Amino acid sequence: MNISLILKPAIELIAVFLLAFGIKGLSKVRSAREANRLAAIAMSLAVVGVLVNSIANGGIRLDAWLWILIGSFVGGLLGIFTAQRVPMTAMPETVALFNGCGGMSSLLVALGVALFRGENLSELSGVEIVKLISIVVSVFVGSITFTGSIVAMAKLQGWLSTPPWTQSKVRHAVNIAFSIICLIAILEFLLGGNNGLWLLIIGSGLLGVGVTLPIGGADMPVVISLLNSYSGVAAAAAGFVVKSQLLIVAGAMVGAAGLILTQVMCKGMNRSLISVLFGGALGASSNVSSTNGKAEYTNITSCSVEECALTLEAAERVVIVPGYGLAVAQAQHTLREVAKVLENSGIEVAYAIHPVAGRMPGHMNVLLAEADVPYEQLKEMEIINPEFPATDVVLILGANDVVNPQAKTDSTSPLYGMPVLDVQEARTVFVVKRGMSAGYSGIKNDLFDLPNTSMLFGDAKKVLGDLLVELKELGIGGRG
Amino acid sequence: MSFLTEALWVLLLGSLLGLELIGKVPPTLHTPLMSGANAISGITMLAALTLIIDAGDNIPLLVMGSISLGFALFNVIGGFLVTDRMLAMFSRKPLRK
Repeated sequence: MNISLILKPAIELIAVFLLAFGIKGLSKVRSAREANRLAAIAMSLAVVGVLVNSIANGGIRLDAWLWILIGSFVGGLLGIFTAQRVPMTAMPETVALFNGCGGMSSLLVALGVALFRGENLSELSGVEIVKLISIVVSVFVGSITFTGSIVAMAKLQGWLSTPPWTQSKVRHAVNIAFSIICLIAILEFLLGGNNGLWLLIIGSGLLGVGVTLPIGGADMPVVISLLNSYSGVAAAAAGFVVKSQLLIVAGAMVGAAGLILTQVMCKGMNRSLISVLFGGALGASSNVSSTNGKAEYTNITSCSVEECALTLEAAERVVIVPGYGLAVAQAQHTLREVAKVLENSGIEVAYAIHPVAGRMPGHMNVLLAEADVPYEQLKEMEIINPEFPATDVVLILGANDVVNPQAKTDSTSPLYGMPVLDVQEARTVFVVKRGMSAGYSGIKNDLFDLPNTSMLFGDAKKVLGDLLVELKELGIGGRG
Repeated sequence: MSFLTEALWVLLLGSLLGLELIGKVPPTLHTPLMSGANAISGITMLAALTLIIDAGDNIPLLVMGSISLGFALFNVIGGFLVTDRMLAMFSRKPLRK
């Protein structure tokens, strides 16, 4: 009996075991880092398993080694390079990019098997049908994942905006058309045709674009999470194609876990998955209220950095609400400086973290951690909300929808029911914002109209920089 | 048991396991968890590897497998490193005076 007959399943089982523990551990703060390493080890182990098994069963040809090395070298190096270079603020985009590449990989594997393997694929025996279907699934899901992720990345990076036509009903017709193209392509391929597969790649690729493009920036994390789940499905399908149980189980785990995570994120934003996928950007589904809303601002108070500094100086307790604007402006370090100055003069500083602040849950935690903000100063919504009445100053930096009181007061608002930070309970609220434009939901923010709210217009980094100078001129922070 | 039956069982149990694994996730960990799971989905590199090994002297297949392996490894290595970078920020001891 060949030793590899035992070795391969043993390695695979251990790998699955470690992967499962890795995913589990990643959902707890304390064990997350070790869990991530554990998963990485499991993956390397799986690779060793495949290599050992192949060497034992007839060896690996020299040219195969060569191609393996070329592929690993280029992909691995680019991966290391990207992972080290990319700024923390661009994490969501990066995950989307990686995810798209995973989908692409599944697509290519299935395509390779379909096109070049000498086996007679058109023969409709039971086994072949399964293979054909797995190829179709792998190509279809892989292609959607790839184009969808790339579009998601481009939108988050600001390279792509949302074209107006995608907000109309036309897009549904367009996407249905793409789906029909895919369906025709699948039929053609299953019936033994040669061109169906190419048509399927193009059709599902366009479908990925068509589905992702209309989705607003605020919903992007959910979409990325969903696409992540898809890439798991694509991997499982590829597992059927190359007959690997390990691939199937890992793909299925990621697919299911991704789905749960998507659900959790949706809950945090009080959005259903259906409305994220088919409702378009929030503003569009509620055109009436948002267009009316924009004209309705009646009581905007704008103030200078100097006033803000004076108010801050007199405060005892300051709560900072960070949002996407902070990430865009890369102002986290300047913010930390301001907070340090305030702390040095005995002012209590805390950060209120809304579960979906930024473009991805946890985005703000990562961002602030980068600027060395002590972990215990970050307060989650449920903890900080009762504390707002006892707060002197709330400083909102580039956050909008997560502090909109409409979500609690106006039952006709599309935001209604979404958990928000009750910043209006505080004595004074400063909103640092680039302009009067609406947030990603496209909805008017009632907060800006309140008498205790003042607007500080400008880029978050610049405003904070000015604020720092003002505070130092006032001589607080013990450095004046 | 044929491969298909076996594979379908594996698919079913794997999915159920995935559904069970993450119950309550603190919002802080959503991004790292997504990124980590994403890295694991790069497991298709095994398929790419198998494709290359079984390709024989079929050059187009070798090239395709190699590209596919590159994409997958980009996903896996990049994904794990980026996740580690994010998590490293949480685990650091707070620098308080």
